[in-house]
Order: sequence, then structure tokens, then C-alpha cells
Amino acid sequence: MSPEGLSKPEYQVPQEMQNQVALTTLDRLYNWSRKNSVWPMMFGLACCAIEMIAAAASRYDLARFGMEVMRPSPRQSDVMLVSGTVTKKMIPQIVRLYNQMPEPKYVIAMGACATSGGPFKEGYNVVAGVDKFIPVDVYIPGCPPTPQALLHGLMTLQKKIEGQSLKEVSWYQKGPGEPIPVPVLGPDLIDMRKAAVIREKSQPVADPEKAAVAVDEAAQNGELPAKEG
Amino acid sequence: MKNFGKRFGVMSSLGVTMGHFFDTYIVDLVKGRKRYWTPEGIEARRQADTEGIFTIQYPEEQLPVPEEFRVLPFLVYDEGENGEKNLRCTACGICAKVCPPQCIWIYRATDPVTGKPSPHPAEFHIDMDICMNCGFCAEYCPFDAIKMDHDFELASYTRGESHLYGLDKLMKPVSYYESIRPVNASREAAARAEKARPKA
Amino acid sequence: MTEATLVNPLETLVEHFPSGWVKKDDRPGYSGFIVEREHLLDFARAMRDDFGFDYLSMVTASDYLAEGIFDVVYYAYKTIGGPALVFKVQVPREDAVVPSLVALYPGADFQERELWDLMGIRFEGHPDLRRILMWEGFEGHPLRKDWKEPFYEEDVKPFKSRWPEGKPIHADDRNPFNDNVQYPTGFDPERWVPEAETLLYSGLQQTAHNEEFKTDELIVNMGPQHPSTHGVFRMVVSLQGEKIVDLKPVMGYLHRNHEKIGERNTFLQNMPFTDRLDYTTSMSNNFAYALAVEKLMGLQVPERAEYIRVIMAELTRIMNHFFATGFLLNDLGVYFTASLYAIEERELILDIFEEVSGSRMMCNYFRFGGVVRDVSDEVLKKIHNLIYDRIPRKLDQFDAYLTNNEILRTRCEGVGVLTADQAIALSTAGPILRASGVPYDVRRADPYSIYDRLDFDVVTGIHGDIYDRYLVRVGEIKESIKIIKQLLRDIPGGPILAGKPAYQVRVPAGESYGRVEGPKGEMGFYIVSSGKPNPERYHVRAPTFINLTSLAPMSRGEKVADVVVILGAIDIVLGEVDR
Repeated sequence: MSPEGLSKPEYQVPQEMQNQVALTTLDRLYNWSRKNSVWPMMFGLACCAIEMIAAAASRYDLARFGMEVMRPSPRQSDVMLVSGTVTKKMIPQIVRLYNQMPEPKYVIAMGACATSGGPFKEGYNVVAGVDKFIPVDVYIPGCPPTPQALLHGLMTLQKKIEGQSLKEVSWYQKGPGEPIPVPVLGPDLIDMRKAAVIREKSQPVADPEKAAVAVDEAAQNGELPAKEG
Repeated sequence: MKNFGKRFGVMSSLGVTMGHFFDTYIVDLVKGRKRYWTPEGIEARRQADTEGIFTIQYPEEQLPVPEEFRVLPFLVYDEGENGEKNLRCTACGICAKVCPPQCIWIYRATDPVTGKPSPHPAEFHIDMDICMNCGFCAEYCPFDAIKMDHDFELASYTRGESHLYGLDKLMKPVSYYESIRPVNASREAAARAEKARPKA
Repeated sequence: MTEATLVNPLETLVEHFPSGWVKKDDRPGYSGFIVEREHLLDFARAMRDDFGFDYLSMVTASDYLAEGIFDVVYYAYKTIGGPALVFKVQVPREDAVVPSLVALYPGADFQERELWDLMGIRFEGHPDLRRILMWEGFEGHPLRKDWKEPFYEEDVKPFKSRWPEGKPIHADDRNPFNDNVQYPTGFDPERWVPEAETLLYSGLQQTAHNEEFKTDELIVNMGPQHPSTHGVFRMVVSLQGEKIVDLKPVMGYLHRNHEKIGERNTFLQNMPFTDRLDYTTSMSNNFAYALAVEKLMGLQVPERAEYIRVIMAELTRIMNHFFATGFLLNDLGVYFTASLYAIEERELILDIFEEVSGSRMMCNYFRFGGVVRDVSDEVLKKIHNLIYDRIPRKLDQFDAYLTNNEILRTRCEGVGVLTADQAIALSTAGPILRASGVPYDVRRADPYSIYDRLDFDVVTGIHGDIYDRYLVRVGEIKESIKIIKQLLRDIPGGPILAGKPAYQVRVPAGESYGRVEGPKGEMGFYIVSSGKPNPERYHVRAPTFINLTSLAPMSRGEKVADVVVILGAIDIVLGEVDR
């Protein structure tokens, strides 16, 4: 166990007692232990999942970061690596898994697809970024990011954890956190938080110009008597 | 050994894993300390005859990337004598045309005097969230102006505007390009010189 | 076998049927026969029983909006080898109903469901015609040419000016919801009742009701987030105790709309997208797509490029089979030891791919008429070291590690058995088909590239169980080593690309089907060109998607723990299953 990152550099520890004694703050101790045991959820979506497996395997070895304990259950995991294209059919499950994860929880969007839809953004079944539904802590660009890029992303997450303070973190605030409403599969994906907007924008057009076009079309189809002139 | 395997399959399996376990120590003892933390050591660990510990201790050690490695595109500029940055890009738009996910946006500059379009990009941006790192833009650029970068350490806390790379983030000097892709750069320079010669 | 199979039947095929049933497809660039819809079943039965076309490889359709018709296209082969029998049914778009071939060729099951889902072609007589990739309740049939996605910009790429009046326009700006969604007019999300998947659950087979011994049937959902499912795949299993009564796969959780995007792309732009189909074997996906387009263009690939292509394809096979065998052990519960060993070899092969193509997984290495860049002698030396030294040694180690392991054998022998007849009828391909004792390998049955000049054996199994599939994979690694040794010995110098590199290729109008024997089975691309820069139709024959048809027949009667291994032995990759 190395006290690196644990001791607060302001406090001087005598030479002979280094590696045995660390002077630190509670925040630092808390974050130091958390950041060295971030357990990812065993959860692969697409191409990037293969690189995630490669990062966990012997060449890159996630265990060096205390992250080798991949848990298939959300209840025991700290970080969700969204590794691949998030589709509309899959997003209800992802939101549900995220809701089931205990605090503190983190999300890493690995690769272009998870970040914004990536090369498949224009696809009709693709969610344009997992952050439309769940909060993302770290984005890793690349298609797919190499295992080393993924490790860099995980280290970026560790830095973020280091910077958190017990006083401010959301999971020690009063009251339970609100779960994210699970999206519904309708004629297209329905984000229930936006239900009002969807209803409003799907109303039949009241715009007179567009209405006129609709009338013309109807007239052409013989549904209405044609306009004069 | 073969017959032994047939009779005692599980024992034979355990033998293999034991072999792997002891290999890690034996190889370290034989090869010595230079196996780790040195470029030669990293190179040796990716050869066909490597045994024992296979791990590259990123971030302290880093697996070198080959010359053709591609992450995100960048725009090459030549450094002028007075420090001006002359982009090679002529805003011809081939990269935007060939880009499979269509993540390149180019806006051609107009000459302030004549008002005609001039061969420079006024604005150029690439949506790094869409880019699929295929390398087509670099492959088909006739002016060697857009190239693929090697830098993969790009993780960030935000996206959106910060992942929409504009000219300021995309421009990199030709010396950088020559440092990451020496072979390609010298080949292209030779080809350009060849092309320019008959006219001179 | 009747007399008709012995003479070349395709020449005189039309005469075998009453006039008006079948006619030759004489559109320029097209081949095969057009069958009248009413006689499709009779025609297909005759083809299967009298003519020996026992293997229905691919079913797809293309939408000809201008003519107002759908072409439903069938590619059938003989498992003894030989060229394809292509037959089509033309139906008007308003009345898109075709008789289902599931009764004759059970392997058409999922493919017909896919066509119903994406094209809206109804297959009459299909036992379970539900949507397969999208969910029930989704609005529209997306692969129809007049259906537009929410982020629709233009019909084809490259998109035109995207910077009018000094302001760039992104896809999000065009959509009224600023998101990748669209709803029918007057839609009210609060009144929407989501589909409860009753059809899915009621379609499961029930055991006969037993009066004396009362048991409850248990329905278990495995997936889409389950460590055993190799990604986002879901199995609905009905259980009687530990025994599986019925199983229904549910997919589409990674449906990334390859085909819709592919029809908007130019021909070249599809190349990097093929990498992402089966993302562990991008080189052989590239290969199949390049073959399909080259067939249309009539391109001759230079000799050196052919050699490089086959070397890369065979390295991919070695890598994939290592990976598959490693993860088979994962499915057995041997967490990670075997797969860690396998990934080590895979990493070394990936190093080579990275060096030649620039990316570990998404190689994007093939071009029409060759490959993108030459392979240096240094890389050939590395391949040489791997092939002559490392891989055989590690394969022996794997052999000692696994082949006679009692635990592996008891878990795998006699589990998930598929007989040869079943395997052919279910249109399985690759190691699954060969493990059942059918020596069908596209490299031999319908040679492409330079495979006809190479010396290798088609590895087959006997029992058609999981253990045989494992043995076939190990055997295929050995054969691939043999192939690469020949190639390294003979590789000639010369150009690596026919013609100059061009980002716009001219592809004459017509249809073509290019297929290779990928590591997971027959990987094919069906392409229709109308002479424009973009394909009119771009269909992927994904081997594991069709191999999954055999999952339910293999699993019935097995224990629930075995279904994980059975799925693992199919070696699915969701990028390809769902596309």
C-alpha cells in the first residue's frame, strides 16, 4: 500500500516515518480509498465492450487500479461503463440499471456512440448520447477508444473522485435522491420528463401556410373539392 | 505427456496454469530488471516469443503506437518565416464529402477584396463525438492537409461545445506531423517535390 | 436425388414448370428467376426436393419505390457446393404479402421476421410473425424507401451545404424535439399504453398439463443485461424445474440501423461501417463487402493484394476462434483464466492489424480493387514469427489445457446437439454447421479470391454437440496456420490496388451478392446498385443472426445452465446479430 495521494503534501512527515504514517484529512482518506476500489459494472453494449474486456485482460490489467472486480449486478458496482451504442430499445434497461446502482455512482461514456450516438447518430434506433438520460461523469472520445485511452478515462474519473468533498456530495444530503423516470417505448422513444413538450409539438399543425399545403394535398387526392384559382 | 493428458485431463489443465504462474517468476529472473520500464523491455514484451508477465504498466509505461495509428483528425499548417501559420487546407471539401458519418463542416473564406471565394477555410469544424476514426479524410486529401492524430488521451468531463473542434483546436504544425508520422511525411514531401519540379 | 440435379438445372429450369410460373430475371445486371407469388411454395419445394438446393442461405428484399414493387430475394445453395440459385418474388408495395417459406426452410424464420419488421412485408403462414429488431408499437417500417428517420438530412450522402448563411447546421437543429425522435401527429404520450409482450410470452410452448404431478412452469428472462449473453441479448426461457421447455430469443438491443445508413452512404463510406458489424472480425467483413462491390464493378484484384487479403482474413479467423474458445470457458463458469490466455494471443494479432491498418479493431483496410496500404517486410516477419512459432505452441498449450479436461467434456459432450439435417434446414453456417458433419465451407464450396489454389482441409465434427464445435474451432486454427504458411511462402510483389485510389467509385447498375467464409459462418453482402454513387439496397447476411435460429431447437430439453454454453458455442456478436 502506497500512501501516495493519501498524505496531504502540506504536512511534513519525518523521513524515518514515511510509508508508515500519513497525515491527511478525512476527505482525502475517504476519496483515496474510494478511488482505488472503483468497481465497474459488467455491462457491455457494443464494440467498445471488447476493448473494455481487453483493458481488463492481462495486457492492460485493470486490477492495477483496483477495478478488476466487475460485477454483473448494479447493486455492487460503483461505475457504469457505457461501452457502446445506446439504442432506444436498450435505454429503458440502462436507466433502470442506473437507478438500481447505490450511491456514490459514476457513469463513463466510452466512445463516440455512448457520448452522442457517434457514427450511428443518424440511425432511427439510436439514442443521441446516453447523457440525455443519465448524468455522465467522464467522456472518452474515440471509436473505439483503445484500452490505454480507457485507462486514461478511468484515471480522469479517479481525479474527479479525488476532488469531491464529504460536505458537498449528493449522497450525504438530506432525503433520498430522485430516480430517473424510465423512458417508455412508444411509436418512438418517449422521455416521460418531456411528455408535455412532445404532446404540444405533435399537435396537428395550426400554421396556416402548412394547413394550406395539407388542404392542397387533400384536394389532389380527391378528398376535398379543389380550391378555385 | 499426451497419454497423461487423456487420463488426467484436469491435472493437465492445472499443469498449464501452474506453468503460467511459474513462468512469470522464471522469466523475470532470467531477463532481469530491464524487462520493465524501458522501451526495449516494452518492445520485447510484444514479440512472438514473450512469456511471463504480459502487462504494460500504463500510465508509467506506454505501449508505443504504430505510425498508421489513427485517432482523431487534425489540420496541418506550414510555419512561415515570420511565424505565420499557413494552412495547407484549400477548403476543397473532399474530406467532408468522403466522411462516412459526415462529421466535417467547412465554410470557405471569401476574399475581402474581390468578394470571390478564396482557397482557404474560414471555419472548419469536426464533431469529435461523431467521428469514427476511419481515416478516409486523411487518405483522400489531395493536399496532405488533414491527417490523423496519435493522441488518444482525450477523456474529458464535458462534451458539447468542447467536443466540437474548431480551427483553433484542429491546427497543428507540420513539425508535429513529421514527429508522429516520419515515414509518411517524408514520402509525401518527396511526392510533392516531384510534382513541383517540371513546372520550375 | 433425381435426374434433374445431375444436369445443370439452371439452364432449363423455366421449362420444368408450367408456363407463367417462373421467368428469367432479365433486367440488366440481375440474375436468377422471378417466381409468381402463388407458386412460390411449389417452386421452392421442387427446388429443395428435386433439384437439391437444400440450403437457403439468405432471404432479403429490396424496395423499388419508383416501380412500386418489393423484390423478395432468396439465395439457395446446395450443401455439396456450387453456384447459387437466386429466385425472387415481386409484390406490389400496397399488397406486400408473400407466402412464408418457414415450413420448407426453417432457417428463413428470423429473416422473414426481419423483413416484416423493417420492410413491412407480411409472410403468410409464418408461425410467429412479430417484430424482431424494433419493438412492437414502433411507428413504420424503417427500411422502406419513403420512411424517413428523425435525423433525416438528405436521401444520400454527401450532404450538400451544411453551412448556409454562416451558421453550421447540425442534425439536432433540424429536429423539432432537438433529439432523435419523431411522433405521429396528435400523439399524446400520457395516453400511450406500452406493449406488454403478451405475444412473446404466449408464444412459448407449454408442457402438457399433468394431473398427477402438479408443477409450475417458470418463465425466466435472461438478459439483456446478463453476463452470459455476450452483449445485449435476451432469452425468454420457460422452465420446468431445471429443464428448458421452450426458449425465445429477443434481439434488437443493439440494432444500429446499418442497412438504412448503408443506403444513404456512398459505396466507399460503407467500408468502415462494415468493421462495426462483427466487431471482432472486421477484416473478413471488409472482405465480403469488397467482393460484393468488386463483382458489380468487374474489378480484378492484383495478386499481392489477394495474398494480403487472405492473410488478414485467416489471422482474423485465428483470433476469433481463440477468443471464442476462451469465452466458451467463461460460459462454463471458469472465470477468465482461459479467456485471459486467449486474449494474450489476440493482442499480438491485433498489434499486427494496428500496424497495417491503424486501428486495433476497426481496420477499414480493404478497398475496392485491393487494400489500402502495403504490408511491410517487417510486419510479414512478425506474422511469420507468430505463425511458425507462437500460435502453434500456444495452441498446443490450449490443447493440453482444455481438450481432455474432464469438466469441459462432461459439460459439453452431448449438449446442444444439432443433427446434420437440422443444421442444414436451419441455415446455420460456419463451425456450427461443420460440427454437425456437413463439410460446407464457402472457401471450398464456392471459392473466392485465391482459395482455390490453397491447400487446406475443411474441418468437420461428427456429433454436432458443443464439444465438436470446440474441436472444429481448434482444427480451423490449425488449418488457418497452414494457409498462412503457404501464403507467406508465395507472396509476390507488385501493386496492391487496381487503379488509382478514388473516393467516388462508379458501380454499374445491377445486383450482386458477395460472400466469404467468415470465422462465424457465411458472411455476405447483398447489394443493389442503380448506377448512382450510393447503393440502392445494402443488406448484410449476418451469420450469427441466422445461426441463432438454431438456439431454440438446440436448447429444448437441456438444463438451464447449459443454455449459456449453447449460446456461447454459437459465438454470437451482437453487432452483427442486430446490425
